[in-house]
Amino acid sequence: MTPLNAVLDNLDQFFKAFGYTLFLFLVCAVASMALGALLVAMRVGPIGVLRKVAAVYVSLVRNTPLVLIFIFFHFAAPIIGINFKWVQIYVGSFDFTSAFATAFIALSLYTSCFVCEALRSGVNAVSIGQAEAARAIGLPFSGVMTQVVLPQALRASVPPLASALIAMLKNTSVAGIFFLAEATATMRGLSNDFSSQRLGIFLCFAIGYIVLVEIVSMISLSFERRWRIA
Amino acid sequence: MAASVLFDAPGPRTQVRHRIYSVAASAAIVVVIAYALWKLNDDGQFEYALWEPFLTPDFITALLVDGLVTTVTMAVGAIIGAVVFGFVFGVAKMSDHRFIRWPAWIVVEFFRAMPVLLLMIFLYFGFFVSTQGGFLWIDQRGGFFAVVIALTCYNGSVLAEVVRAGVAAVPKGQAEAAYAIGMRKTQVMTLILLPQAVKVMLPAIISQMVVALKDTSLGYAVAAPGLTKVGQSIYKEFHNQVPTAFVLAVLYVGLNLLLTLLATWIQKRFVGEKKIDIVAAAAGIDKDRA
Repeated sequence: MTPLNAVLDNLDQFFKAFGYTLFLFLVCAVASMALGALLVAMRVGPIGVLRKVAAVYVSLVRNTPLVLIFIFFHFAAPIIGINFKWVQIYVGSFDFTSAFATAFIALSLYTSCFVCEALRSGVNAVSIGQAEAARAIGLPFSGVMTQVVLPQALRASVPPLASALIAMLKNTSVAGIFFLAEATATMRGLSNDFSSQRLGIFLCFAIGYIVLVEIVSMISLSFERRWRIA
Repeated sequence: MAASVLFDAPGPRTQVRHRIYSVAASAAIVVVIAYALWKLNDDGQFEYALWEPFLTPDFITALLVDGLVTTVTMAVGAIIGAVVFGFVFGVAKMSDHRFIRWPAWIVVEFFRAMPVLLLMIFLYFGFFVSTQGGFLWIDQRGGFFAVVIALTCYNGSVLAEVVRAGVAAVPKGQAEAAYAIGMRKTQVMTLILLPQAVKVMLPAIISQMVVALKDTSLGYAVAAPGLTKVGQSIYKEFHNQVPTAFVLAVLYVGLNLLLTLLATWIQKRFVGEKKIDIVAAAAGIDKDRA
């Protein structure tokens, strides 16, 4: 009996669990970046009302614990008629049902605030002269943003964006306590079944997460290198 | 408000356009809020019975004492532990000895790259409710310690990185001058570098406290006491999930905003307007040289 038998005998479960984690991460990354980009456009744009709305939304949601957002969507929202029972997608051995959809909504809403802040720090990092020069040659707000500021801001916001996404990757574990059979929930199940090998199981899953985190940070590093100005 | 650098001061035609956008946006927002309120009212979420627990002294006491105070205790315990952990491992990571530096690096990277929830669940089910030689604490104390220890390890390893960056942000001349007057390595670190680094680190430590405070709610997974637990028992009894979620959110957001204000104040008071960018420092960008 090696201390890893529990994981080695259940490798299919192990990879399936991380499959859920990875897939949740990918869809949430896309959604939260889209929503975050929209928020940051509202936050730096010329319309005062939208600026305030985005600021309030960001400071409210980012100060709310993620667990509370999950609790809201799982236990409070169904009472007022918001539920995701209609989501029933089965791909191979993976089931994407209401647990997955709820996790997707909660995580994306939560992470979009951090994405917004990351992008905003990138916009702030672009030196004032750039925007002024763009205005001086007659570009309107949309032109200033899309032609001059955003390309440079994106470059500057790669590191904070990556750390927001890495935090989100780790936050997918919260979905595990809300009925999604991803890595953390599976670790709990396995260590209940093989309680003598708790430490080994824990280390395997921790290393699984660490590998995923390292992959994300390597991708971000390569983007950083590619976009670095000489 | 000073005009943004991103767009020119609007002319008369643009002003009209902006006014139209503003009105449209405000109208849309009012409609959304009104619809949400109407929907909540339609479902009877504003009925007194559902909100009664939050106006009953017993429940308010439960929320504030069992909930808020316990949550803050967990967060404070975790952050004190994390500061100690952070200083020990942050300094160890800067050690000149490879056999100290590498283990410290591994520990810090391990706890930083792993979900804190995974650690919490492992600690709780492995040590606090374990059936074989564990402490057999099936009551809430086990959850309490699982939360505090897990948050200490996680936030501590984040702070270790902050400590390293803070020390790196102290101008090089300080250490050189200290060595020049004959101080030893330990003296340079404890008397010269750390005191100056702490000043820069204070806001980062307080923002980490916001993180710790939010993460105490992860105790939900290990039956830990605190706001989430109290909220859970209230909505299980009264089936008032929506009002409970609202009250819990208000408490957490209020507390976090207070902490953020404190962090901003400390930043102004102790660090001053001259910003030392700790993130840039962590990435090894030396601003003074650039």
